[in-house]
Amino acid sequence: MDLITMIENEQLKKDVPDIRVGDTVKVYVKVVEGARERLQAFEGYVLKIQGGGLSKTFTVRRVAYGVGVERTFPVHSPRVDRIEIIRRGKVRRAKLNYMRKRVGKAAKIKSTM
Amino acid sequence: MKKALLGKKVGMTQVFDKEGKAIPVTVIQVGPNIIIQKKTLETDGYNAIKVGFEDIKENKLIKPIRGQFEKVKLATKRYIRELRLENVDSYEVGQEINADVFAEGDRVDISGVSKGKGTAGVIKRYKTSRGPMSHGSHFHRRVGSIGASASPGKTFKGQKLPGRMGNEKTTIQNIAVVKVDAEKNYILVKGGVPGIRGSLVMIKDTVKA
Repeated sequence: MDLITMIENEQLKKDVPDIRVGDTVKVYVKVVEGARERLQAFEGYVLKIQGGGLSKTFTVRRVAYGVGVERTFPVHSPRVDRIEIIRRGKVRRAKLNYMRKRVGKAAKIKSTM
Repeated sequence: MKKALLGKKVGMTQVFDKEGKAIPVTVIQVGPNIIIQKKTLETDGYNAIKVGFEDIKENKLIKPIRGQFEKVKLATKRYIRELRLENVDSYEVGQEINADVFAEGDRVDISGVSKGKGTAGVIKRYKTSRGPMSHGSHFHRRVGSIGASASPGKTFKGQKLPGRMGNEKTTIQNIAVVKVDAEKNYILVKGGVPGIRGSLVMIKDTVKA
C-alpha cells in the first residue's frame, strides 16, 4: 500500500453514518470554551457533499431566527463527535443550492421515511 | 547547515492536528541515507558527508560511480549528494541517517527541482500585470516597453522577457515539520514542496531560524 493511502486510512473514522444530500441531520461538534470542552449540536438538512476519502465534507443548512445558516464539516474531523440522521430526504439533485431561495412551505424536503 | 537529509516527494494529503484543524501536508519518503564518505576540515578543507539514497541495481550505474560504493563496500544507491554540515563528528562511514534527525515542530528548508513550465510569458514567469482584456485595448498579456527610442535607446540587461520557466533548483524556506515517522521513514511537512511526485528533495534545517 502506498504511503499516502496509509496515512489517510489511519485517520479515517470507521463509524460514519451514510449521510446523503437532503437528509436532516444533527451534528455534534466539540467546542472549546476556555479550558472546558463541550458538545454543541447543529441540526439542519444536508445541502451538499463534497470531496471524498479523508477530505470529504458536507454542508448543513438551517434557518435560525429567520436567517439562513450554513456550516461545512469535514466528515473525518476529530472535532465532529458524531452525526445523527434524523430523517431521510427525497431529493433529485446532488446539490440543493436551489433551496437557498426557498422560504416557508416551499423550503420543505419530502421525507422518504 | 546542522542537519540535512535526502528524500523523495511522494505527494500531498491532509492531516488533522490536535485542535482538529485540517493541515495540508506533503509526504516525503526519506532515508535511509547511507554515508559513503566523510569530509573533514583537516583532510578536505571543509566539513561534509557524502550520502547515497534509494537502492538501485549495481549494473545500472556507471563504473566511476559504482566504484565509490565498492571502495567502502556498501550497497549501490541511485542518488549521491554531498551535505555540507557544520559538524560531522557524530557521523561515520556506513552509518544510516533516518527521518528521526528531524522532530515534529522543526522548521526546515526544502530544495528540489521545480516543475517545468516550458516557454512562459512575463505574466506567469515574473508576475507582471496585464493590460485590460476589453474596451479595445489590444494590449493583453504582452511585454510592455523594453527601451523606448532615444532615451534610454537600448534594452537594459535583466529586462523581464518570456522564456523557459521552471525545471530549476528551487528552495522553499521555513516550513514546519508536522510529523516524523522514523519506523516507516517518512516526514510530513506543511504545504507544498518543489518538484513532481517522485523527485529528489533535500531537507535541511532552515536558514531563517
